[in-house]
Amino acid sequence: MSTATVEVPALPEVHYLNVNYGWRSWLFTTDHKRIAWLYLVSITFFFVVGGVAATLMRLNLIEPQGSLVEPATYNKLFTVHGLIMIFFFLAPAVPTVLGNFAIPIVIGARDVAFPKLNLLSWYLFIAGGGVFLYAVISGGVDTGWTFYTPLSTTYVNTNVLSAAMGIFISGFSSILTGLNFAVTIHKMRAPGMTWFRLPLFIWSMYAASLIFILAMPVIAITMVLIMLERIFHVGIFDPALGGDPILFQHLFWFFGHPEVYILILPSMGVISELVAAFSRRRVFGYSFVAFSSVAIAVISFLVWGHHMFVSGQSIYAGLVFSALSFAVAIPSAVKVFNWTATMYQGSVSYDAPMLYALGFIGLFTIGGLTGLFLASMAADIHLHDTYFVIAHFHYIMVGGAVMGYLGGLHYWWPKMTGRLYPETWARLSALIIFVGFNLTFGPQFILGYLGMPRRYAVYPPEFQALNVLSSAGASILAVGYVIPLIYMIWSLRYGPIAGPNPWGAKGLEWETSSPPPTHNFHETPIVTEEAYAYGARQEAHVA
Amino acid sequence: MPDHSLTGHVVPSRVYILTFVALIVLTVLTTGVAYIDLGYFNTVVALVIAVSKATCVVLFFMGLKYHKGLTRIVIIAALLWLSFLIVLTLADMHSRDWAPLPQPWQKAALSEPHR
Amino acid sequence: MPEGPAPALVAEQFDDIIQQRDAASFGMWIFLATEILFFGGLFASYALYRSLYPAAFAAGSHLLKVAYGASYTVMLICSSLTMAMAVRSAQLGRRKPLIGFLVLTLLLGAAFVIIKLRWEWYGDYLEHLVPGVSFAPQGEALEVIRRFGAPLSHVALFMIFYFVMTGIHALHMVVGVGLLTFLIIMAYRGRFVSGDFNTVEMVGLYWHFVDIVWIFLFPLLYLIGGRY
Repeated sequence: MSTATVEVPALPEVHYLNVNYGWRSWLFTTDHKRIAWLYLVSITFFFVVGGVAATLMRLNLIEPQGSLVEPATYNKLFTVHGLIMIFFFLAPAVPTVLGNFAIPIVIGARDVAFPKLNLLSWYLFIAGGGVFLYAVISGGVDTGWTFYTPLSTTYVNTNVLSAAMGIFISGFSSILTGLNFAVTIHKMRAPGMTWFRLPLFIWSMYAASLIFILAMPVIAITMVLIMLERIFHVGIFDPALGGDPILFQHLFWFFGHPEVYILILPSMGVISELVAAFSRRRVFGYSFVAFSSVAIAVISFLVWGHHMFVSGQSIYAGLVFSALSFAVAIPSAVKVFNWTATMYQGSVSYDAPMLYALGFIGLFTIGGLTGLFLASMAADIHLHDTYFVIAHFHYIMVGGAVMGYLGGLHYWWPKMTGRLYPETWARLSALIIFVGFNLTFGPQFILGYLGMPRRYAVYPPEFQALNVLSSAGASILAVGYVIPLIYMIWSLRYGPIAGPNPWGAKGLEWETSSPPPTHNFHETPIVTEEAYAYGARQEAHVA
Repeated sequence: MPDHSLTGHVVPSRVYILTFVALIVLTVLTTGVAYIDLGYFNTVVALVIAVSKATCVVLFFMGLKYHKGLTRIVIIAALLWLSFLIVLTLADMHSRDWAPLPQPWQKAALSEPHR
Repeated sequence: MPEGPAPALVAEQFDDIIQQRDAASFGMWIFLATEILFFGGLFASYALYRSLYPAAFAAGSHLLKVAYGASYTVMLICSSLTMAMAVRSAQLGRRKPLIGFLVLTLLLGAAFVIIKLRWEWYGDYLEHLVPGVSFAPQGEALEVIRRFGAPLSHVALFMIFYFVMTGIHALHMVVGVGLLTFLIIMAYRGRFVSGDFNTVEMVGLYWHFVDIVWIFLFPLLYLIGGRY
């Protein structure tokens, strides 16, 4: 811990965690902070399931002929890994855990606009997850997370139906969460909390909510069509019956590409908070960062065809999609520049959340720049469906989204629990994750460039060295993820008392007690200054 | 948003009834036009009438006329996004054939049986 | 003017009933935006296939009966009027008209669903016009398809869209009928007439939206290709 913890450490007498007890008080709660915990536990579970699938894949790829599983099983592993990580871990991670916990407090509200709906979202999430797990147990699903037709509708014999149903249900969970957040941010802000006083986390959560609202319904209806085609054997996407399989890809990626930004935008918001708090400076170019979130949300809907350059899509449409894809780099770069500019001449302290933030900035930049390779049509023909793509999107999703999630979790953990985690371990794990991550996915860029295709259980022997390196890195990465799991559970009971503002950070959430009372504030706060007004505090922290 | 009073904005019943009459008239019209040969324009007219009817419902029955900007933005955004989906998908579909056809030598290569 | 609402009617996260009503209304409009895109996926697919197979879609449309489509349209427009009047009654705090208009709306909605399932869809089934269940057009239907020179599998594609689009629409009607039943029970118990008409208004918005979807489905499914 850095110097800021000198404040009197004592837990408040009554807070949202001890106001009542028993399983009913959790399963029927409408308190956004408790719902955040429900999500935290559930997505951690899904993270473990998805992680196990990834582990088995990496183990299998240690040897060229596949050392562990049958190719058919391998197909199921990567499908389950992809679907679980995207729909049941990454998409909900920052929004439903950190967003649920922090949005109402940060904007000075007593709760989200529709607390019961919020709880319903969680039940839908669990129902969707349950149906999906049933699909996994009852024979699995092996279409890849993209459900491409006519493979998924005509040719595979696995349990596509339940998997699609699980995605359909959990889609509604996301829609309702997005709706709830959008209304909350519009209608529930404390007096004086104008749009341009909002912390940037709120702006990016708002942008992500827009994507939830506008993209999720399309995947829901697409899953309905997939299910109907499978049940009734009709030709909606079957070329033999006049259907157009590329239409499926349009519908899927109209959702699928914005979905990627659902994963990364909330984490970008977290990083804005972390960089400001641990550099003791107002985020450089606040309004640019704010609008870049919205710009990303909008442009993300216009680029989906770059997933389909080699699918038989018209090359003219491909040109347009390619150009638009380059455009999305602009707001992303604005963010990276402004974060680094914020740190410039700030008094940067390297607490664990900041280490995650720094990791995010580096890894996201690599992920973003390699994305430009894939957005140019000519390069994509070579790189499409190779490990280059795998490495690219893991740099965004794991190096970006997960790093942001973990950073945010560390940052708000004292507020959620009232206790601090062990700082040394936290810094260590941030470091291990960074090293392990690069060892895992760095080699995959090279593998992909050399031509190793994704989604195969076997590969030519000349790729073995890099694959072994990648698997070794994955084991380090796994250690990096297990350590926080242990010390965070430990800190629930034994962690030092944090006090209301352990970081000396600005923001309404740090003005209430840790943990906050059920309605967050003892009296409605009135906001009189802009976000990140660090000017006066600067010297105090340096000491 | 509705009026900031306890009852919200109360619309006179006359407005609702006029809306209703307009909708019925347009329904008769759209059905009738379907029996007249206008070529391409049958579809255009049908869509124009449908949009007018939908606008009537949204503005008066749903009261969007009495709402401020925010609600309108929500609906306009949803329609704009829907147009992204439709326009870009159809643009792909109908420009697929623009690419130059395979040259004669390529055609020969393609039709040659592969053994 | 009715009396002010009891404080208990304002949920604890809101400052007052105006904020609550504002939030609920805005939330409902956002929900309708998601519905636009939910149906939008279908409309986009429909547009693509119709532009690919105009003859098959015209032929398919001629297998449907305009009389059904037109009468559904009229029924739904009537129900939208009664729904709007129900909301108005609630705003003005008039309990009996509120219940009356809600019941009328419910009856019109239920009639829509019953006629569609019992007569129209069942008729299509008897004529073997349901792809995936029994699709083998005969007699007059086959004549029509031949006249348009459309391949059967493409006509089947139209019928799929017809069933999926109207089916999902009918599902929304069923949900709406359920919501109306709930409203009628609550209104009977004296709710919604003391400034807390919010719930009625929300269901109203939903109901009108479902009406709008039908306004588009009617010409797009029943009136293609000229009836001349």
